[in-house]
Amino acid sequence: MKRLFALLALSPLLANAAPITAEKQPLNLHAIGMFFIFVLATLLITWWAARRTRSAADFYSAGGGITGFQNGLAIAGDYMSAATLLGLSSLVFAKGYDGFVYIIGFFVGWPIVTFLMAERLRNLGRYTFADIVSYRLDQTRVRSFAALGSLTVVCCYLVVQMVGAGQLIKLLFGLDYRTAVVVVGLLMLVYVIFGGMLATTWVQITKAVLLLAGGTTLVLMAMSRFDFSFETLAAQAVAVHASGVQIMGPGTLLADPINAVSLSLGLVFGIAGLPHILMRFFTVPNAKEARKSVLFATVFIGFFFLVVCVLGYTAIVIVGTDPQYYVDGKLGGAMIGGGNMVAMHLAKAVGGNLFLGFLSAVAFATILAVVSGLALAGASAISHDLYASVLKKGKADEKKEMRVSRIATVCLGIVAISLGILFEGQNIAFLVGLTFGIAASANFPVLIMAMYWGGLTTRGALYGGLTGLVSALALVICSPSVWVGVLGHAQALFPYDQPALFSMPLAFLVIVVASKLDRSERADRERAAYADQFVRAQTGLGASMASSH
Amino acid sequence: MTTDHPNHAHTCAQVRANPKFKHLTRQRALLAWSLSGVVLAIYYSFIMVVAFVPAWLHLPLYDGSHLSLGMPIGVTIILLSWLLTAWYVHTANTRFDVLSSQILQETHA
Repeated sequence: MKRLFALLALSPLLANAAPITAEKQPLNLHAIGMFFIFVLATLLITWWAARRTRSAADFYSAGGGITGFQNGLAIAGDYMSAATLLGLSSLVFAKGYDGFVYIIGFFVGWPIVTFLMAERLRNLGRYTFADIVSYRLDQTRVRSFAALGSLTVVCCYLVVQMVGAGQLIKLLFGLDYRTAVVVVGLLMLVYVIFGGMLATTWVQITKAVLLLAGGTTLVLMAMSRFDFSFETLAAQAVAVHASGVQIMGPGTLLADPINAVSLSLGLVFGIAGLPHILMRFFTVPNAKEARKSVLFATVFIGFFFLVVCVLGYTAIVIVGTDPQYYVDGKLGGAMIGGGNMVAMHLAKAVGGNLFLGFLSAVAFATILAVVSGLALAGASAISHDLYASVLKKGKADEKKEMRVSRIATVCLGIVAISLGILFEGQNIAFLVGLTFGIAASANFPVLIMAMYWGGLTTRGALYGGLTGLVSALALVICSPSVWVGVLGHAQALFPYDQPALFSMPLAFLVIVVASKLDRSERADRERAAYADQFVRAQTGLGASMASSH
Repeated sequence: MTTDHPNHAHTCAQVRANPKFKHLTRQRALLAWSLSGVVLAIYYSFIMVVAFVPAWLHLPLYDGSHLSLGMPIGVTIILLSWLLTAWYVHTANTRFDVLSSQILQETHA
């Protein structure tokens, strides 16, 4: 039961990773054609952006020239991965209301980010979230830690996305797994290296618009089968689903409250520790636009999640009763293409092959856009934090820094492609738990304390942050999904798959205790510096007004 | 990251001395933390109901309906999050930003 829960609980996050045994499909020409149009458009965007990307500020933050609305779409794009469309709709399809509960947990971190973080991020940071963490602390050590946290999260998430991309493309386009991984990796390199943040942002915006439009069209077509009546939909869904009326309320998914709360903590606070999302706040000119961008993002994401939820319920009736979507035509058996293809089958059922092709292309575009954002965040951690700030003590030549960032991107691309190929067919569920666990337990506590607690010292940030990172890592290794699922032991050392409930409070505790016990002279200076940081956080006084467009 | 401005420390001290600054920070903290509290309280109450009294959410929306009470409650959580976010952003972008720019102007004067 616990294993089942673990798989289900994680499945939306790794939707693209789940169909491990996915068989290769015949070449889908509609999908490939539409995907080529998308790639062509994004390459044009990159070419346009490349001519505007000259300085480090352009590369890292698009010169701060993105508007709140545009950035809102881009943030929504970063967050709405292929996993949300495919995984969450499949979860609702399989489990009904439990999927909806999960969707809400995925969403509810956004208001918190708006209230507590958006304006301070913009006012205190420039290119990476390490700027804020190390604002008044020891540049070398705290930045190194923040870069380590960023890179760990970026690499785990990149592997998840790459493996997902390979599986999904094999399924949807009928391309070879390795070819797919290499294509994704190379396109990502082109966007990031030549177009920097500007290209990455516009690729993300394009994809967000396509995804929102595709999802909305799909839900409208599907709902027209029910005369746009939710009552009709509910009645038919209850009538045909194996669990009957149970799908209208909470079922077994969240039966274990500790795992449920731990999962939700990771989801809610993990958002605020994902470096590629945090970076988006530096692309707008001021705190006002930063706030607007999260408001737009919150609206888009919430809307999209509701759409996904309705898609899941309509699919229960439309896909769930049609034998052509099941292996050997056996209703209730294995689904063709694996359990995460529900939205795709629905697209075919209501919109035919052309619409299926469109949605497949959108799903591919989604993965491309998300990996580009991740690669850019990772490259910035290497070039801005490690190279320019730690190694060169802030005196790096800008040209050289840009070169380092591009070399870093290539290295990340190589790592992503090779790990993507290496992990083909592996169960990488734990990587998702790890990504969100580390984001919520290492990056988030240090970041929020740096913003809000004057007592934070370098020692506190380092000890607390590392405690969060190591404990999240250790708990995931000892969890059922790794200790039993990957390493093959009989009994897990730690009964829960989600570490956040334990590792996050531990990180906060160590941050506070280590800071309080820090009696060094440097610590006193750091505490004293909070007063000026506070003025800047509140008023934006001295914040870079970078805007070169 | 240091600020290039030579009188930065002096300016910051001036800002802190301004009574409007204290007002701004108090108002902002009050709004931001209470809204966060509201959102988290709503969400975690919901999770507790899901975990401990799921039957409540199974109740039919109205007599004879196949829709459950859980549906509008879930949608309401998302709608409320929108409204509260919009409220904060509106207040911050109008009232707080005006106050903040007044403070900065008075400081430079």
